[in-house]
Amino acid sequence: MNNGTTSPKSSDQSPDQNDVLLEIRDLKIEGFADEKWNPIIKGIDLTLRRGEVLGLIGESGAGKSTLGLAAMGFTKAGCRITGGSIVYDGIDLVSATEAEKRALWGTDLTYVAQSAAASFNPAHRLIDQTIAATVREGLQSSQAAKADARDLYGALSLPNPDTIGDRFPHQVSGGQLQRVMTAMAMSSRPKLIVFDEPTTALDVTTQVEVLLSMRKAVKEFNTAAIYITHDLAVVAQMADVIKVMQHGHEVEEADTRTMLSDPKEEYTRSLWSVRMLEKEPVHSDDIVLSIDSVDAAYGKAKVLHDVNIKLPRGKTVSIVGESGSGKSTTARVVIGLLSASTGSVSFNGERLPAHLKNRTKEQLRKIQMIYQMADTAMNPRQTVGEIIGRPLEFYHGLKGADADKRVIELLEQIDLDESFFDRLPSELSGGQKQRVCIARALAADPEIIICDEVTSALDQIVQEGILQLLLRLQKEKNISYLFITHDIATVSAISDEIVVMNHGAVVEQGSKDAVLSPPYPEYTKLLLSSVPEMDPDWLDAVTAKRSS
Amino acid sequence: MTSKYFRDVDQKFILSRKRYKSPKCNSVHDVTIWLSKAHLVNAVISTIFKRLGLGLITLFLVSIIIFSAINMLPGDFGQAVLGQAATEETVAVFRKELGLDKPAFFRYLDWIGAVAQGDFGTSFSGRASSGIDRSRPVIDLVAPRLSNTLFLAALTAVIAVPIALFLGITAALWRNSWYDKGASVATLTTISFPEFFVAYILILLFGTLWPLFPSLADIRPDMAMADRIYASILPAATLTLVIVAHMMRMTRAAIINLLASPYIEMARLKGETPRRIILKHALPNAWAPIATVIAFNLAYLVVGVVVVEVVFVYPGVGQLMVDAVSSRDIPVVQACALFFAATYILLNLVADIIGIVTNPRLLHPK
Repeated sequence: MNNGTTSPKSSDQSPDQNDVLLEIRDLKIEGFADEKWNPIIKGIDLTLRRGEVLGLIGESGAGKSTLGLAAMGFTKAGCRITGGSIVYDGIDLVSATEAEKRALWGTDLTYVAQSAAASFNPAHRLIDQTIAATVREGLQSSQAAKADARDLYGALSLPNPDTIGDRFPHQVSGGQLQRVMTAMAMSSRPKLIVFDEPTTALDVTTQVEVLLSMRKAVKEFNTAAIYITHDLAVVAQMADVIKVMQHGHEVEEADTRTMLSDPKEEYTRSLWSVRMLEKEPVHSDDIVLSIDSVDAAYGKAKVLHDVNIKLPRGKTVSIVGESGSGKSTTARVVIGLLSASTGSVSFNGERLPAHLKNRTKEQLRKIQMIYQMADTAMNPRQTVGEIIGRPLEFYHGLKGADADKRVIELLEQIDLDESFFDRLPSELSGGQKQRVCIARALAADPEIIICDEVTSALDQIVQEGILQLLLRLQKEKNISYLFITHDIATVSAISDEIVVMNHGAVVEQGSKDAVLSPPYPEYTKLLLSSVPEMDPDWLDAVTAKRSS
Repeated sequence: MTSKYFRDVDQKFILSRKRYKSPKCNSVHDVTIWLSKAHLVNAVISTIFKRLGLGLITLFLVSIIIFSAINMLPGDFGQAVLGQAATEETVAVFRKELGLDKPAFFRYLDWIGAVAQGDFGTSFSGRASSGIDRSRPVIDLVAPRLSNTLFLAALTAVIAVPIALFLGITAALWRNSWYDKGASVATLTTISFPEFFVAYILILLFGTLWPLFPSLADIRPDMAMADRIYASILPAATLTLVIVAHMMRMTRAAIINLLASPYIEMARLKGETPRRIILKHALPNAWAPIATVIAFNLAYLVVGVVVVEVVFVYPGVGQLMVDAVSSRDIPVVQACALFFAATYILLNLVADIIGIVTNPRLLHPK
């Protein structure tokens, strides 16, 4: 029974225009890196009224998190405030002492972090962490605060609200932890909550529930909030006002509806460009890779049940589903890292040995993989030239000047020039790293590339660049992609066919148009309806639909 | 209706929102948590037995290594005991008496079989063939020395571990301050000198210049506890100076290592004071590495203190073992080595158990 939610605009507690809670003026913050102080925030103004939700969006590195923390008077180690003022409820947080700020933190000003799993202390029970600040400051007795926390858990739709608090963080799922953290932020009934990308690490289906609980909490207690994200569709559900940031500057600020319907700046429009990317799906019966009735298990835990997937030559099949649905395990079976317990994988009609150590070099060469975390997929001590050069030597026996020449050709194909040849991975941006990983896969001259969440860790603008690169390469080289993702926008941008997976089994499989249009199987429907849309009323519509 | 529910929650909160000191919690609820802990003890005990079993296997392997190593000692044992003047016949008879004429494999089985029944054999020195039979069971030789060594180790541990933990935690709290640097410089200075040098400096200062403590720690079984402690102060102080640095630096490092974690930042953002952050948020997660370092140093106290024993003429097991090696008294050497190995294994077992008990991931599986 979740139909009691209110739209952000129709709330009867609309913020009073003059009741200013937080006022930031001309704030400048610097961070220490490469042995010098670099500006991160370059003069930002921000005004937040009681009960108002401000959405802060921009790419990573725009200074959103730094600004969000500064709103609490907090600067990370290695950062300093060099100018401007932060006035919260009459207190200047720039000149306040640590002890004065500590009295506000955890009580008046609370914080919800991006990774709840990492932000809970593994050594303490959830309920003790939830009420710690409330009890410490003497706002409530331990018993009363615990009872209140259990009520909050219930109100935030956590399962077993009476006992979930007695668990340790590792015993609870990520989405539940994120809600427990919201309860923790609400325990002291703060005046301002800073949400720092609280749903970025969650699956879409979980994200909806978390968004809903957070908005409910904020509206019901009339708490002001700063909501930081890089996803405009998410912020549209949460915020009354949206501020767009880039490189430490404000790009523009407007109320949510104006911002969505009529963004002034080119940059704001480019932020959701990936959602505009569309590919015309093409059907083909020339099957390059066929996964036939595959079961697979990790030890005793069975993770794949009778998976059948066919990948047509030169086309893209996307595998979508939540984490734990068996997407990545399927990829591991195809590449031969995990042997299927039953069933087989055939390449060009020829059955592949189950484990990669039994495959020939030629079989290995033709199926390459690109990973989600480009950072960890590259040896940090090797230069770009060495990283791309290795498969050239291993598969094609290219060495010396020949190999160098080929590496530079490959760099050109991924839109990087030869100046990158001698760089180390640490000297590249996130998007450039992923491009180098693509070049490394291309170096083997493969027929199939498995892309495991390759754009998930990237900002939307960078994502678009990578997707367009992949599409172009497909056109030029007729490569087939097995594209694993949980992001539906990416799926519609790149795929010809879609496979929906849940609990290790294929729920639905077909051409993109067929899967993305009704009628849906139950799970596909849930998955698709969970993808946030730019419409600020979307969340209300979803909840109304689901509860009816 | 959820929204109404939320308002109810808020009402309850406002009603109870008075400033009063929280009493120590002892509600029924906490008792149930405590009871659920009790049944977890079973899981811990089964783990302990598993580790003990592994420890026994390790000990068995070590016994093979010890036996082989001693077999490889150069020189003939019979010759060494009986001296240059002994005739070849005497030596042969002597070897037969000790069973040294049998193949190594059977000697090993004899030895390990007896050890398994608690019999460490008889010392080689003072055997009948060398005159009158004055030989003694190994256990009688080793046991008193062993208890002396354990006494000194325990005394040192009682002094050194609290000092190291205190210095380590406070150094982490005031990291990069003058206090931190001072503590590091002081402890690193003491660890940088050889043990015997530290020992002689202490004797010079507290035995000669200000004669507060005896410089000879010749403790006897009939001494009272207080006297034994008094006599052992200088060797214990020497060992403390030697081992504090390592434990203190690792405690500091284990805590500071955690301070970059997101949950520490979260604790700061919840308004926790630096002291509580160290004690309540970092330390509980740092016990496993700290326990490992402490176990390592305590093992050193038992097996590595022969130099300090010699300087203070302390009748410990280290000196006994060195003497036994030089007189080729194989049963004594083997017994000492086996005991040292058991000490290492046991202390590491304790460190592992601390690691398990302080890690909720292992103690409370999903």
